[in-house]
Amino acid sequence: MKTSKALAIPYIVWILIFTVIPLGLVVVFALTDSDGGFTLQNLFDMSSYMAVLFRSIIFAMIATVICLVLAFPAAYFISRARSFNQSTLIVFIMVPMWISFILRTYAWMTLLEPNGLINRFLGLFGIGPLNLINNAGAVILGMVYNYLPFMILPLYSVMVKIDQSVIEAAQDLGSSRLSLVRRVILPLSMPGINTGIIAVFIPSVSTFVISRMLGGGTNDLIGDLIESQFLGASYNPHLGSAMALVLMVVVLFMMSLFNQFGSEEEGTMI
Amino acid sequence: MKSVYAKLYMYLLYIFLYLPILVLIVFSFNASKSRANWTGFTFDWYIRLFNNEDILRSLVNTVIIAVAASVLATVLGTVAALGIHSMKKTPRSLIMGATYIPVINPEIIMGISLMLLFKFFVDYFGFKFGFVSLILAHISFDVPYVIYNVLPKLRTMNPNLVEAACDLGCNQRMAFFKVVIPEIMPGIFSGFLMALTYSVDDFVVSYFTSGVGVQTLSITIESMTRLKISPEINALSAIIFVVISAILITKNIIENRRLRHERNLVRLAMSKEASG
Repeated sequence: MKTSKALAIPYIVWILIFTVIPLGLVVVFALTDSDGGFTLQNLFDMSSYMAVLFRSIIFAMIATVICLVLAFPAAYFISRARSFNQSTLIVFIMVPMWISFILRTYAWMTLLEPNGLINRFLGLFGIGPLNLINNAGAVILGMVYNYLPFMILPLYSVMVKIDQSVIEAAQDLGSSRLSLVRRVILPLSMPGINTGIIAVFIPSVSTFVISRMLGGGTNDLIGDLIESQFLGASYNPHLGSAMALVLMVVVLFMMSLFNQFGSEEEGTMI
Repeated sequence: MKSVYAKLYMYLLYIFLYLPILVLIVFSFNASKSRANWTGFTFDWYIRLFNNEDILRSLVNTVIIAVAASVLATVLGTVAALGIHSMKKTPRSLIMGATYIPVINPEIIMGISLMLLFKFFVDYFGFKFGFVSLILAHISFDVPYVIYNVLPKLRTMNPNLVEAACDLGCNQRMAFFKVVIPEIMPGIFSGFLMALTYSVDDFVVSYFTSGVGVQTLSITIESMTRLKISPEINALSAIIFVVISAILITKNIIENRRLRHERNLVRLAMSKEASG
């Protein structure tokens, strides 16, 4: 069928106005001061926020690793279930994803509070109340809870394609459980692992809601800083853009390490 | 899943995923405002929820914005997919690369970059933040999903179909509307649904592009959580949970039934083949 290339023109214009130019504006703002003159001051000012950036990256990495460790066996078990059960099991992984992540994070506030359910439960045994909220652990827990499905789904989608006979062949040839995972399942799951790492790391490193709700202002992340430069008390879109630019560099670096897309166009994303 | 450990692991995982949500729902029926102390059963929070002007207004806003943005994104994305489909490899991968940006870009960066753009429009063209800025922003993150859903359908479509239609007396236009569109309709529809759900669910991009006037549901929910204790949020979560579970589970049942039906047909055909 000959459809005309010209049909893509409105979309190309759209991309230019709503994707390319806005990102260009971020760069322009990052490199100018409030009078519009060129400056590198915003980027220099970033140096005093390096600890926050570093914390964001560390938290996101820890959350990503925990998600991978939790998701790997889960995705494998689901992929080996009977096919009718598989779709049900996957639907139950997806249901929480469609509930606003604000509500899911709010749910953990309820549980972790000093007089929340977990502390009341522990109190029955004379333990606590423990400091469960407003610390690093709570923020990382929030990331893991919110983004775990982003790891399970791509892992499942590659694992389900692993032929059971390949696994049986490895077992027949005397491979132990550990070497079966290490030498057969893990290498065959690599594309899903890479997708999952990106799908968990990017929203984690750039979040500001989870850290605000579960970190209680003591564990601000780069997202919180950017947010406060644009909508918060310390309004300064130039500094905020410089922060966003640095965050973009971090994201691009992660992409270059784990990128599976770009080469082929159809996303494996859900 | 054969081993006991595998089953146990999956049970624990689902408990981890669902327990916080279930606790929220249980406490939506709690008589007092406490989130940990059960003091009796009530429907009060649901009644208050349905009388809460802010929530109802933002729910209406969310529906208007999500429907408008996903319909427009579906049209824009489908037309774009038709154009991209007929392109050569280099320009095509360039456009697909750009299409990928909104998917992978952190939401906060998409939010602030669009905010800067709309600020620019405000300064130079008398633009105002509100419905229009929200719909434009939503279209921007919706379109890629439409393209991702429509393009594969175009690619797997049998190119001879159009020729056949033309041989049978269709002109190009008729062939397009009678053959191409019905062929790619499932892709258009699933792209539309995906766009709709992303729009309804969005918080971050809306947060930066709404200005002060128009609030979407997720923005209202977020500002309620800042007030800490408000069991209306629990009631709202319960309703959202029930609606979403119902939709996804029904969809799953229908698909399973269709799969089973198809399987039976295949079996029937095979047994006929064997006996005949």
